[in-house]
Amino acid sequence: MSDNRFVYADNAATTSVSPEVLGAMLPYLSEHYGNPSSLYSIGRDSAKAISAARDKIAALIGCKSSELFFTASGSEADNWAIKGAAYANQKKGRHIITTKYEHHAVLHSMDSLKREGFEITYLDILPDGQITPEMLEAQIRPDTSLVCMMYANNEIGSVLPIKELCDTAHKHGALFFTDAVQAVGNIPVSAAELGVDMLSFSGHKIHAPKGIGALYIKTGTKVYNLVDGGGQERGRRGGTENIAYIVGLAKALEIAVQSLPDMKRVAAMRDRLADGISKIPYSFINGGMEHRLPGNLNAAFEFIEGESLLLWLDLNGICASTGSACSSASLEPSHVLLSIGVPVEKAHGSLRLTLGHDNTDADVDYILERLPMIVDKLRAMSPLYEKIAHASV
Amino acid sequence: MLYSDKVMDHFTNPRNVGEIPDADGVGEVGNAKCGDIMKMYLKIDENEIITDVKFKTFGCGAAIATSSMATELIKGKPLSEALKLTNKAVVEALDGLPPVKIHCSVLAEEAIKSAIGDYYRRHGIENELSAQCDGCCDSCAHVHDHTETN
Repeated sequence: MSDNRFVYADNAATTSVSPEVLGAMLPYLSEHYGNPSSLYSIGRDSAKAISAARDKIAALIGCKSSELFFTASGSEADNWAIKGAAYANQKKGRHIITTKYEHHAVLHSMDSLKREGFEITYLDILPDGQITPEMLEAQIRPDTSLVCMMYANNEIGSVLPIKELCDTAHKHGALFFTDAVQAVGNIPVSAAELGVDMLSFSGHKIHAPKGIGALYIKTGTKVYNLVDGGGQERGRRGGTENIAYIVGLAKALEIAVQSLPDMKRVAAMRDRLADGISKIPYSFINGGMEHRLPGNLNAAFEFIEGESLLLWLDLNGICASTGSACSSASLEPSHVLLSIGVPVEKAHGSLRLTLGHDNTDADVDYILERLPMIVDKLRAMSPLYEKIAHASV
Repeated sequence: MLYSDKVMDHFTNPRNVGEIPDADGVGEVGNAKCGDIMKMYLKIDENEIITDVKFKTFGCGAAIATSSMATELIKGKPLSEALKLTNKAVVEALDGLPPVKIHCSVLAEEAIKSAIGDYYRRHGIENELSAQCDGCCDSCAHVHDHTETN
């Protein structure tokens, strides 16, 4: 057996900060510290840096600079879009449509609106992770003001037909917001092409540091502020700008878009991983392989539990995550897996591996070398596997 | 989630894993829905000493470690002493568990008692030792349906 290695297979959770991004940021964490709102030289320099970063990001995302706003996180962008648009468009109605497998930043924002009397409809998900425009249309009402559907799911990687879903919402006069946090950097994303009214994304999923996000708001869209303050971000998002991180985000997005062709290699590694895992008996893939993020793999292993799987993988130097209840502070199994019909007991044995640009074929070989023996070890001590083993005798 | 060295030791090298085909008492608690199942096998001699114990567990690190430790604590002991085993003793023997994992130790205690209860029932001794987890720790209230039969 080969020596232990460190393999990071949890890119959906976060990514490494690339050296170029760090390099672009450092001047703004050292000698260039001016407040962009200040009149004088070093203030104006900071303002110029932000303006250049904003222009670059807007061009890459497919929108105008005046439509792009910086936040402290993808979660903040989600909160702003949902609450801001819901409250600003109440004359249209107080009915909002979203999906059952959104990120918690979206779901808990919806909970907050529910407490204020909004009515939320949660779309069901097909077993392969998809939702069709017909499924959306069936739930739209005259008082539906906002539709909110993620571009790509963080757990099972499902990519939704956002353009068609957005067209459906617009046909009925509803706004459309998409959480593109997992999509940006993995697949091409253009706000202009999608036609959406709002779109969020986050730095730490594309090799920028944690603590920076962005929200695209189409010109003319009525959205109340979430964070009021000193007039920054054209008066729409208060707080002295995080120049270093904004500059970092621009560099990260530039690299991410340039590196999109490399996602073919990432997908090939992911497919090889999927193929190797399919050789492990009593295992299955969660979600369909078509319309899926290139680096995402989510598999369930029957008769064993996810946290134990992760602990053993960690002892072997492999970083991954699970949809098991036991590994979450809330002791609830993954709502995403439940939404596509995975039975609770099988959701407990799920493993999410998400590959990125940093991963290599050697990483895939190593995971395939260690994973089967870990699964065997846990099955050997499982009362559920015992029944199968006896039955086959 | 930080597990103590003792918990990690019992997780990576669990003691007494296995089955006893001609066991004198078998107990199985928990269910797949809550993500924890523990099965205990006991071999008990005519002096009511637990001469052998084996376990199988489906569950997280804490679940495997607590069931392993529980078997160590009762092996070679008289039934009367094993009956007095508490989840607190299991947690202490493991140098503590994160609060969110304490319910695993409760399940380990119940698994032992369930196996002992089975032994008593086989010997015609009525008892109230539950054959099933009754969800009293409320930690899996979200997915646990006590009206379901397994």
